[in-house]
Amino acid sequence: MLYSTIGHYSLILGLCISLILVYFSIKNFQNYSILNTKILSFTFLQFFLVVVSFICLIISFVLSDFSNETVFNNSHTTKPLFYKIAGTWGNHEGSLLLWLLVLTLFIFIFFLKTKNQPLKYKLLTLVFQQIIIIGFFIFLIETSNPFNYIYPTPEEGMGLNPILQDPALAIHPPILYLGYVGSSIIFSSALAATCLNIVSKEWASHIKKWVIVSWVFLTLGILLGSIWAYYELGWGGFWFWDPVENVSLMPWLALTTLLHCILVLEKKQVLTSWVIILSISTFTLSMCGTFLVRSGILNSVHTFANDPERGLFILIFLFSLIFISLFIFFFFHKSSQNNLNSFFWLSKETSIIINNWFMMYFLSVVLIGTIYPIFLEVLSSQKISVGPPFYHKLIIPFLIPFLIAMAIGPKLKWIKSNIEDRVYLILLLVISIVLSFLIVKNFDSNFLLNTILVSSALYLFFITLRDFFIKKYSNMSQNIAHFGFSLLILSILFNNLFSSEIITNLKVGETFENSKTKIVFESISQKKEKNYKSIVTNFSIKNSNGVNENLSPELRIYNKPNIVTSEADIKTTLMSDKFIVINIVQNQDYFNVRYQVKPFMLWIWLSVLLISFGGLMSLFKKKYEK
Amino acid sequence: MKILKLFFIIFLIFSFNHLKASNEDMKNKITKNLRCLICQGQSVYDSDSEFAISMKVLVDEKIEEGFSETQIYDFFKEKYGEWILYDPELNKNTYILWLLPILIFLIGGVIISKNFIIKK
Amino acid sequence: MKNKLLLIFIISIFIIIFIFFYKGLQNTNIYTPETKINNKIPLFNGDLLYINKTVNSSDLFKSDKFYLLNIWSSWCVPCRQEHSLLMNLSKSKKVELIGINYKDTKVNAKSFLAELGNPYKKIIFDQKGVKAIEWGAYGVPESFLINDGIIIKRYIGPLNKKLFKEIESLIK
Repeated sequence: MLYSTIGHYSLILGLCISLILVYFSIKNFQNYSILNTKILSFTFLQFFLVVVSFICLIISFVLSDFSNETVFNNSHTTKPLFYKIAGTWGNHEGSLLLWLLVLTLFIFIFFLKTKNQPLKYKLLTLVFQQIIIIGFFIFLIETSNPFNYIYPTPEEGMGLNPILQDPALAIHPPILYLGYVGSSIIFSSALAATCLNIVSKEWASHIKKWVIVSWVFLTLGILLGSIWAYYELGWGGFWFWDPVENVSLMPWLALTTLLHCILVLEKKQVLTSWVIILSISTFTLSMCGTFLVRSGILNSVHTFANDPERGLFILIFLFSLIFISLFIFFFFHKSSQNNLNSFFWLSKETSIIINNWFMMYFLSVVLIGTIYPIFLEVLSSQKISVGPPFYHKLIIPFLIPFLIAMAIGPKLKWIKSNIEDRVYLILLLVISIVLSFLIVKNFDSNFLLNTILVSSALYLFFITLRDFFIKKYSNMSQNIAHFGFSLLILSILFNNLFSSEIITNLKVGETFENSKTKIVFESISQKKEKNYKSIVTNFSIKNSNGVNENLSPELRIYNKPNIVTSEADIKTTLMSDKFIVINIVQNQDYFNVRYQVKPFMLWIWLSVLLISFGGLMSLFKKKYEK
Repeated sequence: MKILKLFFIIFLIFSFNHLKASNEDMKNKITKNLRCLICQGQSVYDSDSEFAISMKVLVDEKIEEGFSETQIYDFFKEKYGEWILYDPELNKNTYILWLLPILIFLIGGVIISKNFIIKK
Repeated sequence: MKNKLLLIFIISIFIIIFIFFYKGLQNTNIYTPETKINNKIPLFNGDLLYINKTVNSSDLFKSDKFYLLNIWSSWCVPCRQEHSLLMNLSKSKKVELIGINYKDTKVNAKSFLAELGNPYKKIIFDQKGVKAIEWGAYGVPESFLINDGIIIKRYIGPLNKKLFKEIESLIK
């Protein structure tokens, strides 16, 4: 009770500080001598208050204080301590507190670390960020308060969804939010820079660090989400084009595009309008995503408890931000494009423009696919589903020229270039095609498409690999990131081509056998944990190499809420994963067993890590002229 | 000119989709395209709910009876409406869905060629 | 001037998007498959629960009579709750109850009926659940009110007193 009160009032105080900050910034905008340290202390205080509030919520969870409505709805006394803590942000209210945490943290660090920029710019960034923060404070306090009081105090809570009771809950949301919410600072600073007309090479260098940091966290956050879905949701898939997954992918696409454009802007005063638009769009997409996920307008396995009232608030908030941005862009931005917009067709600038072109296309595919069903239903009351086949059909053909452009683009020089190493480029292309043909020829489905896909990915792979040796340390970060991307596409393609699956029904002691594999249902036992009982089964699987492996999938019966989940057992090796999952069949004494061999899964995860690492590296590389 | 070449290539790729599938492959392809109606965003292939299991049995039966892939989709569309299919059909409801991204791609190309003078 | 026009154009587009989202919020998110009211009943055949015989839908449904097709199973908790209403309904001469026993075992189904009573004239044994899909159902319990080979009304979920009264008024 005490902690709820402290938490609640910390939030209200935080909101007051927002208003103070905005007031001071505007009042002293022209005359700002002593403002610097004062504002820094206030932003720190605001961040501190949100931290206090957050800790109070955690403590309420740990103490199982069911007089707090959020704790009641999402926790239980028998829940293990780890999930009492991590479960704090596993619900709508708690995760909004996480939003505020990241928003206030980023503006504080921004103010702390930005040294060489005009104070007016810092103040304006602060003002815009505070507008977002105020919106979230009001949203939290009015519609989604984590500190609502219920009386009489219930004895027990409702418990946490068993699917969320997983270590990944502790890391996936925080890391994802650091990227997702972190793009807010890019939004605010872009608006500030536009107002002051300082969108320039210097600004690009300064904001680049923030773009990269946000991008790295977002990439890692999405990776963690995929890994979690892979082993927890028990179907061996890692990306389903589910609306909530798409909602995290869209800011990522915009942010990656922005990253490339900032590289251009750093060197030449071009593409300024586009950079501003992208900066605004990234965070707008994040907000739009928040709206789609929390308002109940979409149907997905990931959604939080939905509430159209909250949805309306976010909708109005989102569109207010959009209209403010539009207004600022149109009235303050002076586009100075004169002759600077002519590029040679064979230059790095052109290749980055082509990158932008394709990325925006991919973004539009994901955006339209996610939102279209909503629009159709409003117009004609017809409900349709847009799923993986749509995205695959529209994205995959365009990946081919995209991969090739990715291979050749970085080799081009700024301004103008002749392609050197022409011989090597063509040679590697031929090798890629031949190799791809040899790999794919045993699979007759979609033969031509697969061959071309694999060859373009292989081409990027070889080119970037060769670049490691001939270029040594120049542009290492870009090389690593592009190499990682080629590895990602290759791993996904090979995983798709070479995966196999056996689905069968077995009783204890029974065996399944085909030409390649022998599955024996060895034994079954029971186990009791703090908040669930489990049926542990033991399988021994012999593959064509004669190697025997033991896998133990489980069925867990949780106490509160009373849900049965199926926990897969996965054996991961460098080359492939062996994945087994069991399910109860109603009214029968046998189990449904699903065994999959999935090659290169580990490579999918590693390649995304490599991509993030490449991005991270560019933070540390020294600036030099090409 | 380049854009036209690009589209010609894409068209070629699509027209070469010879799908030689076994029964198992066809069943997997179909069940991946069907939505499990009592789950929150899973396909029949991925789900192990009662409904999904029955759907898989029924798809098996229909394949045995000699139904083609399109006929099976039509069968389920008739029972449950278009929402059960993950691959949206190309009909008057979905022209915008399929064509708008392509349109955006083309518009992007036009904007680029107009605003950026590409010198040789 | 061109700039202002562009601005107005973009703002209008966003306003339209806003309206769409706003309307979208009003729509309920629970999908009930198009209720197929006034649609013909599906043609199918199935095995009976009690007798070892296969019947055709044309054998089961004659015109001129009202039928209530009820999908149930012994392991379904809400089915127990609606069962007493079904027993009441079975007393009426105006409507005949046909059951589809969904994904059950014969033993469990029969003992369920022995315990709570059997309101059905005939029961189809749908062990795999495929017959229910023929009707466009996706769970238990569901009920269909039929007359003259046409589905008049579909009920998803257990029947309650209010729906029971509605059925009574419809069969008059």
